[in-house]
Amino acid sequence: MNPLRRFLGTPEAVAGAIILIALFAMALTAPLIFPGDPQAIAGPALLPPFQDWLLPLGTDRLGRDVTAELFHGARTSLAVGLAAAAAALVIGAVVGTLAGFAGGLVDEVLMRVTDAFQTVPSFLLALAFVSIVGPSLGVVVAAIALGAWTGPARVARAEVLSIRERDFVASARVIGMHPLEIAFREVLPNALPPVLALSSVIVAAAILTEAALSFLGLGDPNRVTWGGMIAEGRAVLRTAPFLSIVPGIALVLTVLGVYLAGEGVVETTAVRRSLS
Amino acid sequence: MTVLLSVRDLTVTYRRDGSEVAALKHISIDVAAGERVAIIGESGSGKSTLALAIAGLLPQSSRIEGRIDWPGRNHAPIGGRDIGFVFQDPSASLDPVMAVGKQIAEVAHTHLGLGWSAAYAKAKTLLERVRLPDPDVALRAYPHQLSGGQKQRVAIAAAIAAGPKLLIADEATSALDTIVQAEIAALIRQLVAEDGMTLLFVSHDIALAAELAERIAVFRHGDLVEIGTTAQVVNTPRNAYTRALLDAHLGLDAGPMPWRTGTPA
Amino acid sequence: MNRALTLIRRRLIGGIFVLLIVVIGTFLLLETAPGDAVDAYIASTGGDAGMIELLRHRWGLDQSVLTRLANYLWALLHLDLGQSVTFSRPIRDVILERLPNTLLLMGSATALSFGLGSALGIYAGARPGSVRDRFLSIGSLALYAVPGFWLGLVLIIVFAVDLRWFPIGGIESIASGKTGLDRAVDIARHLVLPVSALGFIYLALYLRMMRAGMAEVWRQDFVLAARAKGLSRRRIVLAHVARNALLPLVTMLGLQSAQMLGGSVVIESVFSVPGLGRLAQEAVAARDIPLLLGIILVSAVMVIVINLLVDIAYAVLDPRVGASEASA
Repeated sequence: MNPLRRFLGTPEAVAGAIILIALFAMALTAPLIFPGDPQAIAGPALLPPFQDWLLPLGTDRLGRDVTAELFHGARTSLAVGLAAAAAALVIGAVVGTLAGFAGGLVDEVLMRVTDAFQTVPSFLLALAFVSIVGPSLGVVVAAIALGAWTGPARVARAEVLSIRERDFVASARVIGMHPLEIAFREVLPNALPPVLALSSVIVAAAILTEAALSFLGLGDPNRVTWGGMIAEGRAVLRTAPFLSIVPGIALVLTVLGVYLAGEGVVETTAVRRSLS
Repeated sequence: MTVLLSVRDLTVTYRRDGSEVAALKHISIDVAAGERVAIIGESGSGKSTLALAIAGLLPQSSRIEGRIDWPGRNHAPIGGRDIGFVFQDPSASLDPVMAVGKQIAEVAHTHLGLGWSAAYAKAKTLLERVRLPDPDVALRAYPHQLSGGQKQRVAIAAAIAAGPKLLIADEATSALDTIVQAEIAALIRQLVAEDGMTLLFVSHDIALAAELAERIAVFRHGDLVEIGTTAQVVNTPRNAYTRALLDAHLGLDAGPMPWRTGTPA
Repeated sequence: MNRALTLIRRRLIGGIFVLLIVVIGTFLLLETAPGDAVDAYIASTGGDAGMIELLRHRWGLDQSVLTRLANYLWALLHLDLGQSVTFSRPIRDVILERLPNTLLLMGSATALSFGLGSALGIYAGARPGSVRDRFLSIGSLALYAVPGFWLGLVLIIVFAVDLRWFPIGGIESIASGKTGLDRAVDIARHLVLPVSALGFIYLALYLRMMRAGMAEVWRQDFVLAARAKGLSRRRIVLAHVARNALLPLVTMLGLQSAQMLGGSVVIESVFSVPGLGRLAQEAVAARDIPLLLGIILVSAVMVIVINLLVDIAYAVLDPRVGASEASA
């Protein structure tokens, strides 16, 4: 059966895909629909949602358009989530491959370092990193990746350990390929599928970490973030709770969409592998 | 002769990935009380499916047609109390994190209405009956601390704990090495004789079956191809397939038989 | 008990190595950060340029990186984490003062998430594919997608602002003069919302793990054997299926402790709980980097200790632990 059709056969996966498509549409169209600065004042302060059709979700404490902020926030969430997850997967795959392929002391040292990174609460590490280097989009991405690469590294290492004993690796050794070339051109590509299976969980965690960092005021100050919007709304929690609730719902839906779609993909590919 | 168990026109179909596979086709067989019957066949012959069907252990996804009757009793037999079941691989059929004494005692506790301490005392006498060395220590041991043969003795003790009328041994010796295999077969024979149990011995090993059983039923691809007394099936097989099984075995007495490598269905 | 002792010894040695790496890591971060301990000290006590030179020399800050790392390690061995600029007090004392609140919050959240999560997981996993199984599975996934700090705000809006059932924040009523049981009840009331906000996400995690684990165990031969023994469904589910599925959850308990410490930073900020997490946020706000790194070190020690305890619990629960080494 066609994998796409099998993917669309599970209602959860379809729901996830729809959420993600909507989210990407929001992120891509944000500069077209809301071309101005989303942090500019657009109307009266604290306008409740569904009052004014030009400001459908109302305005915040400073009179900024919540809808525009929500659309632009989607860009930040997705950009940071995807970039941090990609960085974490790359670092993890490289470290795991080196450790598993080299073995011995290299393996021992790299795995102890991995242990150390897993021992330190990754959110505290991100907090420290951002507050020392200073908040900007790139730093936030690096800070999140710093705490997220250990899972992929462990999976990659375990996979490499089983692959490195196979025949094609031995024959690559025989023809005199450089060990690093064998590790990264022969072994790593074969070790990737289970590592990539972690991506949805890592993207979701990265989005949540970014939101928590900006909630604590450590996001990029020049960008709208959903976490920052929630923190903003906190000051008027009693009178205008919607200001915190709306971006929070956007966050929940985003993370849920990533999980659902990710589970659908993993299930689809798992079925295909078991059939082949 | 009273009939303990009567199987009539039994057909079992498994559903796998949308397609249906018939594991048993229109099987009819009677088992008398106190009788020892061997069910012989290669893997995929349906012999294990018959054992599971009789014990009421088939998966929910399977479809069962036909009848399994228990003349002379008012209700369907209860697993553990009326039927004892010994599985092939004792490493898999014992719970790895429960002490073996408890795995035996829980049967006595459930079916004999014994309190836990009485159930443990019963478990200890059962461990003595299956001749496990040092039953007091064995009660508190975990499966990984026992050898394969010892584990199967524990599984047999659990199977007979509530004094069932029928003992089903599904390839109960085939995961063990040859010497242990003979010991376990001897143990089963002795326990069946002592307790007057009916035995259903499911095996791919026609020689072992011939030693234990009074009657032999030969299965192939879900069909019952031949049934008769042991002497008759072994000495004058009517079916060519039975003859092939016998020939294959006679030629390779001590070694493993060619079909032993496959796992039985 | 011998196998547990061997395990603990091995884990302790591993833990010391890991801690050493963490210490070197924090030292490097500290080096990267602008300002040093003398700047911090001067900022809190005052002093002139000559004083600065003198202190730099006396504290060995004018020496090579390796010497300073050695000094840093030596100080840590004496449980000296340095001076906090913000609080004008030793960092160790500030942290020790906040630690109990965080331990209380984390302990309660862990008990809630592990207890309720595994119970609901057993309830869902007892009948795989049933309506309640699917409902709990989707519900837990949705819950798992909720950011803890936002859940905290929603709980405040509903239960503290609208319904006024629970206080909006803090760890106990200020200047209430309560003692003994009254005080314990007061603290418990303050903890309900933060514990729920922190615990519910992990509840979803444990529920899902338990459910998935049980689905796995149902396929094992010993469960079929338990059915063949005629055990009650209740006994099969609890004594065999759930008992086996519980083991990976216990491992998870250790792995998640670091995540939960991170999560308590935001939760303590939302509910103004004066704990380690809130302290971390205060350190960030005041740019008190040595304090922040001190918190990270203490957190790492906590995680190592928690994992050690979890290992012991696992060894008790799984008789197979260490067996292969003992016989080898």
